This record gives sequence, structure tokens and C-alpha cells, in this order.
Amino acid sequence: MRRGPSAFNVASVVLGMAFLYLPILLLVVFSFNASKLVTVWGGFSTRWYAALFQDQQMLDAIGVTLRVGLVSATLATGLGTLAALALSKVGGFRGRLLFSGMIYAPLVMPEVILGLSLLLLFVAVGAPRGIWTVTVSHATMTLCYAAVVIQARLVSFDKSLEEAARDLGRTPVQAFFDVTLPNIAPAVVAAWMLAFTLSLDDLVIASFTSGPGSTTLPMRIYSQVRLGVNPEINAVSTLLIGLVATGVIAAYLVQQRRKVAEDAV
Amino acid sequence: MSKLRPRHRGLPALAPFLWLAAFFLFPFVLVAKLSLSDIALAMPPYAPRLDLSKGLTGVATFLHGLDFDAYRHMVEDGVYAAAYLSSLKFATIGTGILLLVGYPMAYGMARCPPKVRQALLMMVVLPFWTSFLIRIYAWIAILKPEGLLNAALGWLGLPPIALMDNDPAVIIGLVYAYLPFMVLPLYSVLERQDESLLEAASDLGCTQFEAFWRVTFPMSLPGVAAGALLCFIPMVGEFVIPDLLGGSSTLMLGKTIWTEFFANRDWPAASAVAIILLATLIAPILIYQRQQAKLLDAQ
Repeated sequence: MRRGPSAFNVASVVLGMAFLYLPILLLVVFSFNASKLVTVWGGFSTRWYAALFQDQQMLDAIGVTLRVGLVSATLATGLGTLAALALSKVGGFRGRLLFSGMIYAPLVMPEVILGLSLLLLFVAVGAPRGIWTVTVSHATMTLCYAAVVIQARLVSFDKSLEEAARDLGRTPVQAFFDVTLPNIAPAVVAAWMLAFTLSLDDLVIASFTSGPGSTTLPMRIYSQVRLGVNPEINAVSTLLIGLVATGVIAAYLVQQRRKVAEDAV
Repeated sequence: MSKLRPRHRGLPALAPFLWLAAFFLFPFVLVAKLSLSDIALAMPPYAPRLDLSKGLTGVATFLHGLDFDAYRHMVEDGVYAAAYLSSLKFATIGTGILLLVGYPMAYGMARCPPKVRQALLMMVVLPFWTSFLIRIYAWIAILKPEGLLNAALGWLGLPPIALMDNDPAVIIGLVYAYLPFMVLPLYSVLERQDESLLEAASDLGCTQFEAFWRVTFPMSLPGVAAGALLCFIPMVGEFVIPDLLGGSSTLMLGKTIWTEFFANRDWPAASAVAIILLATLIAPILIYQRQQAKLLDAQ
């Protein structure tokens, strides 16, 4: 028999969630404020959203961010899948320790270090800084997250299925596409989405590795935020949060429905 | 048909291995090299530069030009040592508060019915997906002198408090931003715990608190360690939070690297600080990595 949550348990969860969500909620509410002041409610208005779509620099930054995000997330998911496959193989291979180190270290490494080191690399090889240097940098950072997400799924995947395919004469590559990939597909999609949002959110690495004409949305937001609170930033933030929340909640609901279906079988 | 031989097991790793070697590992060599260089009025702004067209003499001149000036300067100027200590202080206090806030929350979540648990888990993950910068920005409107917090205090007839552009604001920002990173590993160990152990403890006469302290808590220590490392390591090098919420007197190494690089255009100094930061974090990073590998093998 499982004891239910005590009053203390409920209070900790409720307070913790309030702490996590209250600031975001306030930010969203004040994006619809007619007044420019944060503490004065001047009535409901969508004027900051209208202003946002007039702001060419902001729109350009959104364009850059989306392009970087789409390409880097795709690169990261491809490389991350391969990395996860290697990590989940039973038994070691030469260089496995170094390899897993290179996968886990970027997850906790301060971003300023990653940004600085990547910039020095691009300067050393004479690569002009721009949208491609940001893309490569984001792919490097996010491939580690992608690998971890996919690997978690591979751990629970029944290896004997792949072995059966091999015994039936499929090559390792064919067996991967026939059996393994369909099984880990949800994790691959989740990894892509995570890589995309991480790229969408990154300020520090992009600041180091971008050049003229490749200002990303977080860089644009940051330069505005330094000048103070600005309702237009609230508006663009609300749109971003809405986008991400829709994705995460949709993924959650799909997962719940699948679970219900599995339980019914 | 032969099975893959052991040395081919790592074959899928080849592409990501080369990628990470080129874009993650190799750049650290460049950071180390640059930390031994001197600032120069050139583009890029450092000297010496390796001139391979001169052959071995070029390499010799280059090696001769490397020195420890950037490090010497860091030792002489007390501001670096202050930033170093203050980074460790912020990360330690932040991790401590996160444990105090995150543990009861993760514990409470783990005690909920499975259906509620799933929804709560999603709610903790959601901010993790939401932009870090935006979540810190949200606090500026709350904490600034004429912000929402002081408006609420004034409405309650209480005096305003100064919680912006100072160290307490940085701590609030750190705790807020890293809370999901603390709750998730704690939750994952607490959720897996076998309920019958607690029943056994209570059958043997333990009070509820004793059972928690002697059974639940010791068994959750891997989660405590994972959460603490996952928060502590990046917090030491944090930039956005001290920059936006901290004051001009708030010193942190991440901010120092940023200022040296962007404002002072002193690339050797920025690199030297990065090397010091890396040297400090390498041990916790290795511990974290070993723990993750152990978790993986356990599965």
C-alpha cells in the first residue's frame, strides 16, 4: 500500500511550482499591458505584438535563429544518434572513455568556455564568422544532449530484435533502419526538438561565434534587455514560450495516449 | 556471416568522435595556447602568431613568444582572485539552497499518484525547455526597485526591499534557473524507491521521520550528488544571471571572461581565466561523468 502525499508534500510541490511559474505568468500577462510601465496595468492591448511585427531587426533575428536552429538540430540529431548507438553497445571499444567524456562534459561545461574555445578555433582556421559558425557551434553543443536522450531509449530497447534481423541476413545498416530506428523514433524526434529549442535559446555561444549580419534572437533580446524592461520583449518572449509550451504539452499528451492504449492491450 | 568484431563496435562513433574532437577537444588546445600569448594591436588581437611559411624558425619564434604574462597579471591583480572566490561562493550557496528547495519538491512529487506525477514531471521539464534568458528577464520586472515585488509590498503597507543589481538577486536567479536541474535527478531516484522498505522500517518501530532519515535519504544520495554537480558546475561559470541581476560589484568568472573578451578585447586574459575555470571544474566534471557512466551500466 502506498501512502498518499502528506500536507507537507503537497505544500512543497505547490510552492515549488508557483515559484517556477509565477515569473513566467507575470511576463505573459504584462505582454498584453497597454502601458509601457511594468507595475501599472493600463488595460488589455496587443500593441506590443503589433510593434514586434514592425521591428525589422527583430524579424531578421528570428529568421537567423530559425535557420540556425533547423540546420544545427538536424546535424546534432544525426551525429547524436550515431553517438548513442556507440555508447549503448555492450562491451567497450577503444577510446570509449574519452568518447563518453566528450559526450557528457559539454552538458555541464560553462557556456562561456565553449563559446570562447569555438571562436578561437574559427579564428585559427580563418573561417569568417557568421550564420555557419553559429550553426556548427550549436550542433556541437546540442549533439551531446541528443545523444543522451536517444541513448536513454536505446537502453530499454530489446537488442535481440536487431540480432534476429542480423541472423536473417540483414547487414548492420539494414538492421538499424528496419528494426532499431522505428523503435527509437520517438526519442529521435524528442532529441531533435530539444536540440532545436536549445539552439533557439542560446545567447552565450552565439555571441562568441556569430559575425555581422548573423545576430540571433537571444542576442537581439539581450541587447534590448540591457537597456531595461521593454514590453516588446515581453511580447516576443510570450510567443517563444507559447511555441515551446505547445510542443512540450503536445508531446506529453501523445505519450499519455500511447500509454493508455498500451494499458488497454 | 560474422558478427562485428569488438574493435568494430565503436564504428558508429567515428563521425561524432571526429566532430567532437575537432569542435570540442581541439579548441581547448587553442585556448591554452592563447592564454600564453600577449595582447596586441592587430586582428585577431594577440601575438605571437604561428608563421609556418618560415618553417622551423617560424615555430621557434612562435614558441619563444609564449609566456605566462596573462597568468602573472591575474595573480597580481586582486580582482581575479576575488572573482574566483566569489564564483565558488555563489555556486556553493546556490547549490545548498537548491537542495533545500528541490528535495522537498522532488519528494512531494514522488509521493503523488502516478497520473499526477506524470503531469508534475512535465511541469518541471517545461521551464527547462523555455529560454534561460527570458526566464531571467522575467525576474527583472519583479525585482527592480519600482518592480512588482515592491509594488506588492507597498500595497501590503511594508517597506520596499532592494533586491536588484546585488548579490541576493543573483542567488534568486541561480536558484530559479537551476531548480529543474536539481529536481529531475532527485525525483528519478526518489520515484524508484521501494515503498516496502519504509513499511519495514515502520514495522520495526521507526517514526515516519526516522524512516525517512535512515532509509529514504541515504538511498537518495546518488540523486543528491547528481543534482548538486549538475547545478554547481555550470553555476561557477554562469554569465547571464550575474550580468542581468547582479550589480557592478558582483564578480563571477563567467562575467570576467565575457568582459575581458568583449569589452577589453583582451583575448589572452579571457583565455587565461577560462583555463583557470576549466582547471577548477575538471575534477567535478570527471566525477559527474563517472557517475553517469555508472548509472548507465546499472541499467
